[in-house]
Amino acid sequence: MRTAVTETVSAEETAVVAAELARELRPGDVVLVSGDLGAGKSTFVRGALRALGVTGPVTSPTFTISRRYRAAGRELSHLDLYRLGDLAAEDPALLDDEVGGERIAFVEWPEVGEGWAAEHGRVAARVRLDHAGRDRRVVTIERP
Amino acid sequence: MILALETSCDDTCAAVLRDDGTIASNVISSQGIHDRYGGVVPEVASRHHLELVNAVVGDALRQADTDLDGIDLVAVTQGPGLVGALLVGIVTAKAIAATRGLPLAPVDHLQGHVAANFVGPDPFEPPFVCLLASGGHTLLARVEEYDGFEVLGRTLDDAAGEAFDKGARMLGLPYPGGPALERLAADGDPEAFTFPTAKNVAGLDSSFSGLKTSLLYAIRDLGEEETARRAADLAASYQSAIVRALVDRCERALDQTGLDRLTLGGGVAANGPLRAAAERLGANLHVPDRALCTDNAAMIASAARFVAPVAHPGYLQLDAYASGERALA
Repeated sequence: MRTAVTETVSAEETAVVAAELARELRPGDVVLVSGDLGAGKSTFVRGALRALGVTGPVTSPTFTISRRYRAAGRELSHLDLYRLGDLAAEDPALLDDEVGGERIAFVEWPEVGEGWAAEHGRVAARVRLDHAGRDRRVVTIERP
Repeated sequence: MILALETSCDDTCAAVLRDDGTIASNVISSQGIHDRYGGVVPEVASRHHLELVNAVVGDALRQADTDLDGIDLVAVTQGPGLVGALLVGIVTAKAIAATRGLPLAPVDHLQGHVAANFVGPDPFEPPFVCLLASGGHTLLARVEEYDGFEVLGRTLDDAAGEAFDKGARMLGLPYPGGPALERLAADGDPEAFTFPTAKNVAGLDSSFSGLKTSLLYAIRDLGEEETARRAADLAASYQSAIVRALVDRCERALDQTGLDRLTLGGGVAANGPLRAAAERLGANLHVPDRALCTDNAAMIASAARFVAPVAHPGYLQLDAYASGERALA
């Protein structure tokens, strides 16, 4: 496992770190993104999706659970499992199309559902975002 | 009459709309009906849409005092939303249409929210500016016709309803956070704290993620004890920032379009201070009944009146579309 730790001073810098990771991704990859509320998870994913060619709005998937994008011939998705609480009470098959296959997926709150996301796709990276005061963030990226 | 289904997010919804545009029934699963199914609150991605859909359709027909013989058109939300959830409504609608030999009208969920203004005891006609603010969507639309709208601006990150819910979560309030935060805010000073309203966001777009982070830092700076003591002030100031951000953009949209008619839709339209602030703009303001503002199927039936119906077997090809997959009209 390789671990890279970067301290960023702005949302823009966090997005640049995400863009660098995005360039390594291949179809079927899943990126798990953890961090507290307001830590910049969606900022990170937006940076990655922009690097993958998404030009339209990249808005929060908290309510819809998943948003899909298509760019440069690739299928992309952005999930937020927070509201699912416990996937044991859900039918995970309803989310199977959102990760894996040829799709590149970014999953916020991957802890939910006891690692469901990690089991359904090839985990290319685990990202952790921590507050370091105001707009500063510590971005930790673990690659298997 | 039109039978409509809506399953784009948490609620399983069915409604019957009469030919004269009045609502015969408007059944929403989270509003009472689930009590009969063991108190289960439907959740996204769950089997609950599948378990509830037949019962909800049955209730909609019964409350409308009709059965499938009285239905001339089946309508269903095609997107945007979670594909797995949307498919439950789409497959059910196809099955009803196919077995009864009826045409099917696919409806865009956001167009449905716009069309909520065209029904009810007090229909509101275009042209108008529509602010749609819910947990999943926040957008400003220019509505000139019954069958489409132009997006003037939208959120660049979180939806307004989501900002309410996440703020409530940070303040330790129960889910859903919007109403709880509004109640707490009623006892607070909206000017106690200064929170950002994304003034730097150009045009008619909005942004709420910076506001969310500001509340987080205010809570951290205050500490646990002081946050608890000043929770009402925090809630009031936070709510005020959301309301100002939304109403400022409504005002700009009215200026830009030259229109003097404004409507509010989505769950956030129930917020009292938002309504009060929108009224102060001086435009002719319309807010549909609460049951028509939150996700519901009556609005889908309303929109279906202005959609070209698809005949058998064409509609069997209809597929759900997730957010961001289809350009809006």
